[in-house]
This record gives sequence, structure tokens and C-alpha cells, in this order.
Amino acid sequence: MRAVVAIALNTFREAIRDRILYLILGVALGLIAISRFVSLLTVGSEVKIVKDLGLSAISVFGLLATVFVGVSLVSKEIERRTIFTLLAQPVRRWQFVCGKYAGLLLVLAASNAVSGTALLVAVALKGASPWGLVPAIVMIFVELALLAAFAVLFSSFTNPILAAVGTTVTYVVGHLSWSFDLLEKRMPGAAGRALCRVLHAVLPNLDRLNIKAEVVHDVALPAGYLGAAIAYGVCYALVVLIIASLVFERREFV
Amino acid sequence: MSAVVELRGLRKAFRGHLGLGRTVAVDGLDLTVASGEIFGLLGPNGAGKTTTLKMMLGLLRPDGGTVRLFGLPPQDVAARARLGFLPENPYFYDYLTPVEFLDLYARLHGVPAAERKTRIAKAIERVGLAGRERTALRKFSKGMIQRLGLAQAIQHEPELVILDEPMSGLDPVGRREVRDLILGLRAAGKTVFFSSHILQDAEMLCDRVAIVFKGRLRAVGRLDDLVSHDAKWIEVGVRGAVPPGLPGETTTAPDGTVRVKVDDVGGLARVLAEVPAAGGEVVSVWPRRETLEDLFLREIGAARREERAP
Repeated sequence: MRAVVAIALNTFREAIRDRILYLILGVALGLIAISRFVSLLTVGSEVKIVKDLGLSAISVFGLLATVFVGVSLVSKEIERRTIFTLLAQPVRRWQFVCGKYAGLLLVLAASNAVSGTALLVAVALKGASPWGLVPAIVMIFVELALLAAFAVLFSSFTNPILAAVGTTVTYVVGHLSWSFDLLEKRMPGAAGRALCRVLHAVLPNLDRLNIKAEVVHDVALPAGYLGAAIAYGVCYALVVLIIASLVFERREFV
Repeated sequence: MSAVVELRGLRKAFRGHLGLGRTVAVDGLDLTVASGEIFGLLGPNGAGKTTTLKMMLGLLRPDGGTVRLFGLPPQDVAARARLGFLPENPYFYDYLTPVEFLDLYARLHGVPAAERKTRIAKAIERVGLAGRERTALRKFSKGMIQRLGLAQAIQHEPELVILDEPMSGLDPVGRREVRDLILGLRAAGKTVFFSSHILQDAEMLCDRVAIVFKGRLRAVGRLDDLVSHDAKWIEVGVRGAVPPGLPGETTTAPDGTVRVKVDDVGGLARVLAEVPAAGGEVVSVWPRRETLEDLFLREIGAARREERAP
């Protein structure tokens, strides 16, 4: 456990000393601030606009942070050969992967906490109660945590560009996984339907973790929905992380 | 003495681009290093030294053969907990300071928080980086990075220290300090396994050496046993009048001394008799014995001839 913690803290330190993270966070905070003024242009639902724009900013810029920081997590260590000394220590390969992932989660948690707090303040300044936004911010974090696991997986066997493409495609496909359900109903052949069913079951369903619309429009979620969605995200991320560890275990460092 | 490192029939080959072609990097290497030894793995560039070291650390999987460190495979963290490693041309996290960097590695070795500060300060002092504790590594020169790498490799007091080309990138003063540090490790009972192509350092440090070429072991043993003790030639320094027709080739040094290279004692006797008779003076007699470099070149030459032989 100590190796995982040491690597996680070092990963966190690396990210917070990188300007790119501040740039992403700065733009997200800027967008939340601007949302207050954009809302003035609309009639009636100013608070909803602030909530909607704010949550979208946290989500999109969280995705950017995941991609920019996540995809080079492992590959940078290999490219710069820092991995040679690290893996020569009493560190197991899976501990390295988990440490990197945990470090990325710390970065995302910190960035979510900062931008989330800014949004809560922006909503409170509009005179509305901001606390209903907290579950949406938590779910954005769960979604980013799942994507971060994919970023680490891709980073463990490919270069940062391909890993960035892979992570972004996962994000897009994850939000379109419902379409396989729809496609299955329209497929004429049994094989096609089976394929759609498998893809729908296997691909991450990120829409399940997206409760932004419900929160913005004050729609009540079914009982137990949040717990089940969090469990889904956590379990899926764990499986991806186990695959990443298995892939990394096989790697050789020439 | 018990074996700290045991390599048996170690083999490794790499596939070329798109899986085409095959380069044999290590070909049936057998080595045993005993506790407390300074062991030098010597060979020209591309001999398979770094590949061997990487297999010893579990960074590469051998195609055949076995690696045992303290009787354990390198994949066992218990084995790696007892060693320190410095890679060739190391690159470390440049956003860290030396203290943060060493703290990370001390944590990985489970050094208790109370001890970390003292150990880090001691390691920094030992490699001559005192006063640079708070400088970001991105501002470090290559030599300073090399020193820090050494500090990282020794700070947890490992029993085995594996160094890949430890002198590379160091100036003469730095090399001297690293040599002293390695000797200090032996004095403290540690085992040092290092690869190098700088033979002078190996000659000054190693209890035993192995010479590898194209992944194959060409020679292994104590330097005294490997290097011939018979004089290869005798160099005689002469000042003043030098009689013509002396045996052996002559060269003149910038200070005017003539160096006569004679092959045997008979030639030496002639020089010693003829020079005073001509009014000159013999100022030095230096029998030249085989050096590690001679041995190295001899073995590499023999390997190349064997390769060319049908």
C-alpha cells in the first residue's frame, strides 16, 4: 500500500506543478463566472442556466484534465526512462498502475472540488440553494474516474496520442451506448442483434452516470439510483484497472 | 561467501521492426557474484551489458536461463528490496528537488518517516550535493543527476548495488569521488555489480571482472588471474647521448628524454651497456605488463576472429 501511496502522491505533485492543469481549471472557472452573465440574457430561468453551464464546464474541462494528465501517466515514465529506477525498487507492477491511477484521481478530485465549489458559490449568489448540485458534481467525478481508468489502460501500452484518441472515443461511445440498444431493435439479423446486445452490455454506459439534466431541472431520481450508478462506475473502473495491470505486467522495458 | 547474483544460461534476443529479423543481445551468460565483491561487467557498446542488467532487475524477461538475486527471482520484491540501482544516463523527475526525489524512493523502500530526513541528508552529503537540496532537478547538470542517482541507489543501505555505467557523464573529480564511494561500499560489506566500458575504473575497483562481447562471456575471473604478469616489453628512459642502433623502437618525449622500447631482458642489457658507453644516462626502466585494456582488446579481437572464421 505504501508504494501505491508514494507513487500517487508523486503523480499528484507532478500534475499540480504542470501549468496545463491550471490552464484547464482557469478556463473552467472562467466559464462558471461567465455563466452568471450569460444567464442575464435569458428570461426566467437564470439559475438553471448557471447550473447547466457550470456543470457542463466541470464535466468538459474535467474530461480535458483526464485526457491531458492521464494519457501520458505511464508512457511518459517509459519514454523518459524514469520507470527503470522505479520498477527496480520493491514495487509490484500493479502497484505502479494503481499508484498512477490514484494520483490521477487525486488531481481530478482536487480540480472537481475547486470548480464545484465555484459553481456552488455562483448559484448561491443567484439566491438559490446550491446543495442539490452536489450529487451531480460527485457523479461527474465518478464518470471522470471511469475515464481515467481507460486513460491509464491506454497509456500502459500505447503512446500519448493514441491513448488520448482512445480515451476520447471511450467518452463519446460511452455517451452513445444507448444507441446500441436502439440499433438492436432495428437489426434484421440475429447475429447483428447479438453483437449490439454484447456491445451495449460491455461498453461503458456513461449516460448512467450523467444526472446533470435531472439536477438542473429538479427532477427526482429513482430511489437507489445514485448508489447503483456509483457502484457501476466504481466496479467498471476496477475491471479496467485490473486489465491495465495485467497488460502492464507483460510489458518489457528495452 | 554466499552468491548474491547468479545468472545461469541467460539468453535474450530482440525482434526487429515489424517483427522482422532477430538480434541476439545476450547468449548463454553464466555468472556468479559473491557477497562483498566489486564485480565489473565489461564490454564494448552493444555487448549486452545493459540488457543483462535489465534482466537482473526484472525489467526484461529472459528468453532462456535464470536470474537469482539472493537466491530469489528479480520479480520478487523481497529481492529488489535488498538492492539499489543506477541506470545508464539516468533521467529523473525534473519537477522534484533532490530531497523530494530521495524521499519518494525512501518511501518506496518503507524507510520510516523519522529516519528519512537523516538518511536523505547523509546520502546527499555522500555524493557531494550538499547545498543543492532545494534546487529543482531540471536545473541539474548531467554529472549532478548522476550523483543524485547514486544517492538514490545507496540511501536505503542496500546489500547489492547495481550500477550501469556509473562513471559516464562525470568529470575526473566526480569519477574519483564515485570510485571512492564504491570502495566505501565494499568496505561496508556491500556487493557492487557494475557495467562499464571505462577500463581504467574497472581496473582500479574490481575484485573480479567479466568480459562480454556480443552477449557471450569471453573471460571471467580475478584481474590478477586474467592478466598476464610477464612483462610485455620494457621501456627504458635515456637522457643525453643516445647511441645509434639500439634494439627496439625509440621515441622522444617533449622534455627531451628518449624512450626505448625493448622486447626482452637481452635488449635491456644492451641498452644498459651501450648508453653509458656513449656518454648518455639511463634514467628509468619500466617493465610494461598486460593491462585490463590489453586483455580486453585481446579477447574482443579473438572473438572477432572466431566470428570471421568459417
